[in-house]
Amino acid sequence: MITDQDVRYVAALSRIHLREEEVDRLRKNLEDILRYIEKLNQLDVSAVEPTNHVLPLKNVLRPDDARPSLTQEEALSIAVEKSQGAFKVPKVIE
Amino acid sequence: MNLHTLTAHALQELLLNRQVSPADIYRAVRGQIDLVEKKVGAFARLAPAPDFNGLADKPFPIPVALKDNLCISGQETTCASKILTGFRPPYDATVVRRLKEAGALIIGQANMDEFAFGSSTESSCYGPTKNPWDLTRVPGGSSGGAAAAVAAHETIWALGSDTGGSIRQPAAFCGIVGLKPTYGRVSRYGLIAFASSLDQIGPMTKDVTDAARLLKIIAGHDPLDATSVDLPVPDYTQSLRCEVKGMRVGIPREYFIAGLDPEVAEAVTAAIAVLKKQGAQIVDISLPHTPYAVATYYIVATAEASSNLGRYDGVRYGRRVRPPEIRQTPIIDMFEETRDQGFGEEAKRRIMLGTYALSAGYYDAYYLKGLKVRTLIKRDFDQAFQTVDAIVTPTAPTTAFKIGEKTADPLSMYLSDIYTISANLSGIPAISLPCGFSQAGLPIGLQIMAKPFAEETLFRVAFAYEQATGWHKRVCQI
Repeated sequence: MITDQDVRYVAALSRIHLREEEVDRLRKNLEDILRYIEKLNQLDVSAVEPTNHVLPLKNVLRPDDARPSLTQEEALSIAVEKSQGAFKVPKVIE
Repeated sequence: MNLHTLTAHALQELLLNRQVSPADIYRAVRGQIDLVEKKVGAFARLAPAPDFNGLADKPFPIPVALKDNLCISGQETTCASKILTGFRPPYDATVVRRLKEAGALIIGQANMDEFAFGSSTESSCYGPTKNPWDLTRVPGGSSGGAAAAVAAHETIWALGSDTGGSIRQPAAFCGIVGLKPTYGRVSRYGLIAFASSLDQIGPMTKDVTDAARLLKIIAGHDPLDATSVDLPVPDYTQSLRCEVKGMRVGIPREYFIAGLDPEVAEAVTAAIAVLKKQGAQIVDISLPHTPYAVATYYIVATAEASSNLGRYDGVRYGRRVRPPEIRQTPIIDMFEETRDQGFGEEAKRRIMLGTYALSAGYYDAYYLKGLKVRTLIKRDFDQAFQTVDAIVTPTAPTTAFKIGEKTADPLSMYLSDIYTISANLSGIPAISLPCGFSQAGLPIGLQIMAKPFAEETLFRVAFAYEQATGWHKRVCQI
């Protein structure tokens, strides 16, 4: 049902570099779980609306006023690497 | 006097009468931690000693443990994941701010399954927490550290979070009280997100009275969480009356099925008889879509988790790892290596399952279908609550299992949440409280569920049962 290829594809979508020894076990785990999930196919849900979340809330807005917030310094205090007031990352384009 | 063994409400009385000071209580709890923490392993880390000045007019200058997914300003908070090593949030979660305003003394951050992914606290990067009633068994999860800390008297009370049973199941396994409030009752601001439509923070306490008091401190509208609801917070202590006469209590037949441990079934049946004796009317009900809850949950929760955990990429905070060789481009290599080394096995499994359920070609078959079945499960409860005030079930199908028993089989681990997941999918409040012990001396939990925002009903039924039985008074020997 799920191939090693599928596992590598989903890992790539998830931005996880899987080591070779992880692929086989994850394939078996995912296969078991997806087989279990297939029991939902016993239900006809063609006429049922989806529930994204349970509260009858829509478009919760607040006045567009400036409020106190973290300073640039505070926000950058947790940075792994920073430079010139910004988060620094490895090269994006060669 | 063994102050650490007392409830928060008992301590509050001693404080009011000036018989003890906050520092006395803090020292007693720290003394207990020194004695038992090596065996139990309830904490991810202990907090620095608090400032005892200015507590005089505070209502609850009492030690509290916080699950390691609640942000404390300036204190390392990691969700028991290597990927957040060294992360010091620059702000307090709203619940933490409210506790601090009440004078709370943070004693430490409790161990948990990594990112709350699990039912046993075995997937923590700090290693497993042990069940104080039997150190060879799990405390449940994912709030297993918080539950174990309360049961072992290493804190007076605690906050956990519950996405599919993560407060209630460990409460059941450790013989304490655990409450998942209605979705929207408590602000999630500063709770590190797992599944945003299901997560809710709640109290883990030694008795029902403390749960009512702790909920009162943390509940209420918060402009910083758009899903927190602007409804008044009642004085929950008013519900602590032994009055269940005439209440209609539903027993869903789908919860008493194969796989339910006979000792658990017996204890829950006896608990139902206690409520009946007190005048509650017991009604046989059906929640027909119960068998689909676990499958629905593992689509919805993992899909949301895969999206929420996209932020851990090594760019801004936490851990960053670069591979020694170039594979694609330097930044993509950094993302992928950081996530491979930073996430544990269960986190990877759930991220990948959720990513799969949301991916092109599978979205309708998995994610959309899950959302639709969620509607059916919620509808079951809407209908049931037209005829009953509360629903009573076991919290978990078994007592605490052995450490290592289910780690090789993720699906069997997922099924230990079979009775708790539906409350999250439906958004309703639910509480677990002790209702007996197995032959082997392991605690058994009783779950009570009610309509959205009917926490008062939960407290009424739970308090009446607790006062009639007194299981909560049993103390474990470590």
